[in-house]
Amino acid sequence: MENFTPVPALIGGLIIGLATSLMLAFNGRIAGISGIVGALLAPTPGDARWRVFFVGGLLFGGVGMWMATPEAFQSELVRSPALLVVAGLLVGFGTRLGSGCTSGHGVCGISRLSVRSLVSTITFIAAGAATVVVTRLLMGDV
Amino acid sequence: MRQDLVAGLAGLLFSVGLAVAGMTQPHKVIGFLDFFGNWDPSLAFVMVGAIGVNTIVYRLVLGRKEPFFGGRFQLPTRTDLDWRLIVGAVLFGVGWGIAGFCPGPAVTSLVGMGTPAVIFVAVMLAGMGIFRMVEGKLPG
Repeated sequence: MENFTPVPALIGGLIIGLATSLMLAFNGRIAGISGIVGALLAPTPGDARWRVFFVGGLLFGGVGMWMATPEAFQSELVRSPALLVVAGLLVGFGTRLGSGCTSGHGVCGISRLSVRSLVSTITFIAAGAATVVVTRLLMGDV
Repeated sequence: MRQDLVAGLAGLLFSVGLAVAGMTQPHKVIGFLDFFGNWDPSLAFVMVGAIGVNTIVYRLVLGRKEPFFGGRFQLPTRTDLDWRLIVGAVLFGVGWGIAGFCPGPAVTSLVGMGTPAVIFVAVMLAGMGIFRMVEGKLPG
């Protein structure tokens, strides 16, 4: 537990909560990243622009944080490029099939007391935990 | 236009929150998922913070007839637990556990992390595209 950083994690979580709360309060929308990004692959008129703004904000904030605190971003590769490709496909396909990811189900859905989101969140955390065990057995520590 | 600006601001805050929280460091995410090894519970605090704010604000806001900038609340209405929800979450969780990336932090890291995040996001978009293509052929 030597990497435990509860205070920045909590502050970051509060900021994320502010972001998702703004989306609901002003726009009436759930801020689920996989849904916001995924729907841009087949944009419908009138429904695309806010998504582009949201993703633009994400990118802009990412660049700003990278310039301010580059250490907040990990630059070294965690896994081989081949594994990264497998992971990306699973995350892209799985989040669309399961109607959401960490933000839509884990943050927004649980806040709405949605049983579907609670079940999804428990399932993807359990699957992620099992995967970490298996990958360690197969290829050692990260 | 007002709604677009709110969306942009929300996206900006979201990525700042992710970076502050440590979610743009895949090894930290994998550490959170490593219950049986050197467990790093930090990311549970991210969820506590975000869900805490939302639970309060959602409760206040959803009592209104409509959002502050008009339109209507567009919330998911389904309550059934179908195979897509479960299988989708399993596939996502496996990918998350392999790479330490979920969609938000991956997009946020595009510039800061460089090539690995670019590869991941490109393939993630491809995965979403594949889903679109096969969606109609999947069993109900």
